[in-house]
Amino acid sequence: MPEIFSISPTPVTAHAFNADRSQLAVSLNSNDAQILTHNGSQWAATEMLTEHDKTITSIDWAPNSNQIVTASQDRNAYVWQQSPDPKTGTIVWKPTLVLLRINRAATHVRWSPKEDKFAVASGDRAIAICSFDPENNWWVSKLLKKPIRSTVLAVDWHPNNVLLAAGSADMKARVLSAFIKEIDERPAAGVWGSKLPFNTICAEFASAAGGWVHGVAFSPSGDVLAFVSHDSSISIAYPGGPVHNIRMPTLPLVTLTWTTEDSIVAAGHDCQPLVFSGSDAGWQEIGTLDDGSHAASKTGPGLTGRLNKSGAFGAFQNADSRGQSSITSTDTKLLTIHQNTITSIRPYQGAPGQVTQVSTTAVDGKLVIWDTASVSALTGRMAAMSM
Amino acid sequence: MSNVLRPYLGAVRSTLTAALTLENFSSQVVERHNKPEVEAAGSKEVLLNPLIISRNENERVLIEPSINSIRLSIKIKQADEIERILCHKFTRFMMQRAESFIVLRRKPVPGYDISFLITNTHSETMLKHKIVDFIIQFMEEVDREISEMKLSLNARARIVAESYLLAV
Repeated sequence: MPEIFSISPTPVTAHAFNADRSQLAVSLNSNDAQILTHNGSQWAATEMLTEHDKTITSIDWAPNSNQIVTASQDRNAYVWQQSPDPKTGTIVWKPTLVLLRINRAATHVRWSPKEDKFAVASGDRAIAICSFDPENNWWVSKLLKKPIRSTVLAVDWHPNNVLLAAGSADMKARVLSAFIKEIDERPAAGVWGSKLPFNTICAEFASAAGGWVHGVAFSPSGDVLAFVSHDSSISIAYPGGPVHNIRMPTLPLVTLTWTTEDSIVAAGHDCQPLVFSGSDAGWQEIGTLDDGSHAASKTGPGLTGRLNKSGAFGAFQNADSRGQSSITSTDTKLLTIHQNTITSIRPYQGAPGQVTQVSTTAVDGKLVIWDTASVSALTGRMAAMSM
Repeated sequence: MSNVLRPYLGAVRSTLTAALTLENFSSQVVERHNKPEVEAAGSKEVLLNPLIISRNENERVLIEPSINSIRLSIKIKQADEIERILCHKFTRFMMQRAESFIVLRRKPVPGYDISFLITNTHSETMLKHKIVDFIIQFMEEVDREISEMKLSLNARARIVAESYLLAV
């Protein structure tokens, strides 16, 4: 049974949990990020991170070092650390400016697995790889620029802390090396290549029918790359091997995450998380996490008797008793839990490779936590969906 | 909805639903700006192929999608001179009040009578399927409205002519 929290009436553009899942950083389509704390049943706002002066596009919370990084359309990123306030002594979040050296919007940000660097995707046709410079006490960046031809929409780190996947609006997903000499050890040779100096292009995959790549994700082992694109397809690419592409009749997917080495949860404009499963032999869609029962139970309290006022009966009854035509308030609600595009999906519970729960936030301002095990078939639902 | 119109409006509805998959996308040409890419047209790769759904030579819909906005333009049926005048006055009346229609554009795209501009802000603040319903309902009603106006205009003209000729 998914847990549903209504966080705000405005869209939630990004969300990130802390390590023990007691706090949540969200940006509510505004210039401020909020820290929400779980108080048993609801998420209550406890702190506001105000420094940006344009919409915050992405947030990431490093679980071990407990630092938050926010990226915004004002071309800046800030790293937030908890430190005692010099005057009052209370613990507050303190921002540190990052020298991004980009002059377009920052679109997406992710901490590396070791949390010693982070990648900021931007509309400047570049990705800034930022690392801490202890001498000057600020974050410096190196830019990945070369083959990128358009806004980078999403990034994801390889577990080895060196490789980075990037999906961009030039319809390509790329695997690049973000090796920084000062802080990284030389990575072991893997499926993506053996010599990996900074800005090596390890792989480049075009989306099947030429759609913007909205989301990228490495598998838990890092040996497989999956990406979703605006041509309503998901592609699972094996380096040097096959690229499996699943085209769907639904609206495009926007975001995805791996739950195990052989399954992916992806969501987007269809407002429900879809589950894909497979191996290097082939991939397929196996169903949805949103079984529709939740939305159906909300059609109204007057659901007594055998006829649940559906279809013709309901229409005639409404016309008779209330003078309403069949178009009543019920059709303002979609059959899914989320009522608008899901913009972000992240692992919630479980180690990488055995994720048991995922969390999603959407434009409708809801946060939902789903069990990845409760997959239901999609086929029956699609027929019922009103078009 | 009349049955002859149904496939046409069905095609518009499904195209519009597919095109309304918008996201917040800040300009990659001008820093710190965020504008509808379909209007700015600064970067080609974020524009999708425009699509024309045409019922006959006088009635068509142009849908131009992009990453953060879509523009939908309607060519309303105009069979004769009266309908042309009525249509012009009717769309002009609405476009002068464009801000109360929220998604209406103040000027139509050349070759069309009325245009709508839907951005990602609209799809975030309003229900997407309701925006589609609104456009479809508008298309259904604008034809009816204009033919009704034409009928009442003709009736009025007849009364005027009759009363003029009676008062010999």
